Amino acid sequence: MIALEKRPTPSRAWTVLTPLVAVLATMVAGGLMFAALGKDPFEAIRTIFYDPLFNAQFASYSRPQLLVKAGPLILIAIGLSLGFRAGVWNIGAEGQYIMGALCGAGVGLALYPSDSVLLFPAMVIAGAFGGWAWAMIPAILKTRFNTNEILVSLLLVYVAEQFLASAALGVMRNPEGGGFPGSRNFQQWPAAANPELIAGTGMHWGVVAAFVAVIAAYVLLAKHMLGFQIRLAGTAPRAARFAGVNPARLVVICLGLSGALAGAAGLFEVTGPAGQVSIDFGSGYGFTAIIVAFLGRLHPVGILLAGLLMALTYIGGELAQFMLGIPAAAIQAFQGMLLFFLLAVDVLSNYRIRFGRRRIA
Amino acid sequence: MAGISIDLLLASLMVAATPILFAALGEMIVEKSGVLNLGVEGMMIVGAICGFATAVETGSPTLGFVGAALGGAGLSLVFAFLTQGLLSNQVATGLALTLFGLGFSALIGQGYVGIKPPATPSLDLGSLSDLPFVGRVLFSHDPLVYLGLAMTAAIWAFLRFTRAGLILRAVGESHDAAHALGYKVVRIRTAAILFGGAMAGVGGAYLSLVRVPQWTEGMTAGAGWIALALVVFGAWRPGRVALGAYLFGGITVLQLNLQAAGVAVPVALLSISPYLVTILVLVVMSSDRRRVAMNAPASLGRVFHAAA
Repeated sequence: MIALEKRPTPSRAWTVLTPLVAVLATMVAGGLMFAALGKDPFEAIRTIFYDPLFNAQFASYSRPQLLVKAGPLILIAIGLSLGFRAGVWNIGAEGQYIMGALCGAGVGLALYPSDSVLLFPAMVIAGAFGGWAWAMIPAILKTRFNTNEILVSLLLVYVAEQFLASAALGVMRNPEGGGFPGSRNFQQWPAAANPELIAGTGMHWGVVAAFVAVIAAYVLLAKHMLGFQIRLAGTAPRAARFAGVNPARLVVICLGLSGALAGAAGLFEVTGPAGQVSIDFGSGYGFTAIIVAFLGRLHPVGILLAGLLMALTYIGGELAQFMLGIPAAAIQAFQGMLLFFLLAVDVLSNYRIRFGRRRIA
Repeated sequence: MAGISIDLLLASLMVAATPILFAALGEMIVEKSGVLNLGVEGMMIVGAICGFATAVETGSPTLGFVGAALGGAGLSLVFAFLTQGLLSNQVATGLALTLFGLGFSALIGQGYVGIKPPATPSLDLGSLSDLPFVGRVLFSHDPLVYLGLAMTAAIWAFLRFTRAGLILRAVGESHDAAHALGYKVVRIRTAAILFGGAMAGVGGAYLSLVRVPQWTEGMTAGAGWIALALVVFGAWRPGRVALGAYLFGGITVLQLNLQAAGVAVPVALLSISPYLVTILVLVVMSSDRRRVAMNAPASLGRVFHAAA
């Protein structure tokens, strides 16, 4: 007979170990999936996790990509993790990411062809504002009308996608683009571009912002009153109420912060790696960031590592697609599996497993 | 408004409402048992491709719907194992289900893009279908439309008049009390989750086999989330959930028809209207805190761990 016994406090050792166990389990299950697709599982796993970093032929191209992909994931996940800790479930980061990109790009395009040094900072602020405003919709509906923020934030993703499509085809279309959908290319416009800062590293302003966010979130959670309130509201909502934590204020702050970070991530992406507002700009970073946040145990440093790992699966996935013909969808399923395994092994940090008959204490 | 015929509009309303009706009814039973499964979207899309693939391979739409139910239930079994067996967080696990389902369905569906599925014949209702207006609106659909309505009535009767329905509600209201009375909370919830998965699967397959009918990646486009919202809108009552599904179907069909008729409203605005209306309805329904608290199952979303 196997029984679960609740631990008084989560095991520290298992809290650190569970993501590793989950990654290993996902590799095994993913290997089985690749084998079922008729691919060599060992080669597939090596192509995804090892080749992008160490293969002599590909590493020079794919290593910089690591930071390019990890930047937005980390930036969004840091914001989400604050909310998840406080029990505020913003799962519409994808929509905030798109709206941030649209807002920031809109400010930029309206000022074309300015070459002011203030242009890019203004666009970043506008991007963060766009994401913040989009996240304020579920926040205000939650605090004013008690409407479920999960459903509202998620439904707004579909609304944002429609706005993106209509902007790419309409107001933001490049007047010199020969009628093709998509805006002007920001990379060809130095004042508004988000270039690679150090050649060959993939480092751009979004990655810098992600690192700053990691440090800021760490300080916030460890040293600041607000961070304490966030942690308290998540672990003991009733105690938090007695301690004078205003739940509505926390909802607004958590959703606002995560929205602003997601919006900024969208702006950095549209002016950098993506280059322009196009119909397929929304790439699912907002959803993958949810996995990153959980994989990083909602801890800033964990999220940094998880973001890098998840970025690796993106790059490795592309490589596996190119080298072995593994479909892109398989990588998406692989990432989803990772979250499953993580949630499954999480039981170990909160519960002790007892074998044999239960003794009466 | 020329070019929009009322009877066609009403007839396609019933078709548009059916997939979300199935998914919402299934989710309602799950929530009645005290479990919040946010993976409806994932189970729907897996059902959509499982049903599509089965129907194409066997040539039988009926088997397709059976395959869809099995596919949806199969995915929900993962949710049941994680939340009931390993006591994981229901919100996070539901999200995982959706993320995984979207990728997994795209993976299975690769060979099925651009194929036409076997047609689902409409139910032969004899001379009823020949009635003017009413016949075209009400009596010329496929069996699933009527099955959806029958399920609504059956679930209503199940919750209201049967002992099993009472037990299900008891588990959802207070799992500790139900456990103390000797009911197998985990087993009952697992059964409810599987039923919800099967219903979501059928709803998804209705999209890919009848409504569209085609397979495209991510074709559910938020239908699962709208189904979740409908459960709140319907205040956990089958009749109201069905009403919500039909209202929602009406909005979807109307905006599509307005788009086709070329009304001077931006297409983007029409396309977002179903989502906006859903949000609006959620706001109206949830603004009265006392009413929500009265209707929502008291143990909804709480983890059950038998202490002794």
